[in-house]
Amino acid sequence: MSEYRPMARTFAHLSDEAIVALVARSDEEALAELYDRFGRVAYGLALRVLRDDKLAEDAVQEGFLTAWRNADRFMPERAKASTWILTLVHRRAVDLVRREDRRRAEPLAEGVEPAPTASVEDDAWLRFERERVQAALRQLPDQQREALELAYYGGFSQSELAERLGQPVGTIKSRMFTGLARLRELLAEPGNGETAWKPTPSTT
Amino acid sequence: MEANALHDLTAAYALDALDVDDAREYEAHLSHCDRCRDELASLSEAAGALAYATEAPMPPPELRARILQQARRERPNVVPLRPRWAVPVAAAAAVAACAAIALGIWAVSLSSKLDRRDAALAREQRVAAILAQPGSRTIHFARGTLVVGKAGDAALVVQHLERAPTGRTYEAWISAGGPPRRAGLFNGGQNSAVPLKGSVQSGASVLVTVEKAGGVDAPTQKPILSVQS
Repeated sequence: MSEYRPMARTFAHLSDEAIVALVARSDEEALAELYDRFGRVAYGLALRVLRDDKLAEDAVQEGFLTAWRNADRFMPERAKASTWILTLVHRRAVDLVRREDRRRAEPLAEGVEPAPTASVEDDAWLRFERERVQAALRQLPDQQREALELAYYGGFSQSELAERLGQPVGTIKSRMFTGLARLRELLAEPGNGETAWKPTPSTT
Repeated sequence: MEANALHDLTAAYALDALDVDDAREYEAHLSHCDRCRDELASLSEAAGALAYATEAPMPPPELRARILQQARRERPNVVPLRPRWAVPVAAAAAVAACAAIALGIWAVSLSSKLDRRDAALAREQRVAAILAQPGSRTIHFARGTLVVGKAGDAALVVQHLERAPTGRTYEAWISAGGPPRRAGLFNGGQNSAVPLKGSVQSGASVLVTVEKAGGVDAPTQKPILSVQS
């Protein structure tokens, strides 16, 4: 049997939830790992909401620092760690966009090329996820999709949406609920299943 | 706002689409409405999926450094797991769970308990139970951790040990002056949580050797690891 040597600390075998549990113990390396797993998606989301590099960076930074301060409140039986961190960043982005009032809800211009340092697995997995969620969105009735997109990417509140679309708040509420519940079903369907393909965790 | 009207805000809250006052009122409601908490958990996951529908360019590398730097500056004053002789805080299931995670076990079971074989899970729970005892000690070594309860009940957690070859097993031993006593068999793999048979008194060593399947009465090989309690 070969000689056993001490290994550099690796998080590859830990679940996202276990990483957050370590962040709750103020483990900086675990925070770095959390960022490496979700920083890119979080940044893409913040950029979509805010349309501005610097503001998007602020939202991501604030979101991750909120995670750092409050990781002990994370409850793995309530939420996936990915949902939790993305919610923190999204909430921050929405706060900023409402303050700056610079929101628009059209997709970003095409041609955003990932930097060459991105790993092939990351790229492949993100593309897979993007196509999966976009396909589910396309199956929603237009009005429901519009309500979800304007709310989530545009940062509009339900009362702002009601005004913008000339509809009662109750109608907007119900479009958001029906749309989100339907999206949940679509994403859970086999073929859209998230277990269909998973990246190999990097082991650096 | 009426309770029913508050239930209806769940989707909007999951999308961060409530006005500030409504959001505050909804959060207050949430603290005592199980139905809304469950619904919110599930709708939030769907909302979170929307994050993945956007293009994801690489953020600038400075952002990562900035976040970590700021985090260090804000480091709350808590006691992290110390590298050696760390004494877990008082008995609390949460502490045990946290420590177990820190040791690298429970990693998978947290998100998908069903994936684990029951026996493996039961072993991890026994280790966690020792960790939860007041006054239990954890001794870290290069490949893992030895956990010793106050009464000497102990467990070994070993990471990244190649699986034992066919026909062979890892065997743990407790050595306290006299001949080493058999303390348990395990197969290795990414994470092994091994509750030890017999007690580990202060100063005793725990050894691991590779032996033929089924184990032997006395070690026949040089230990591949040895840790003193």
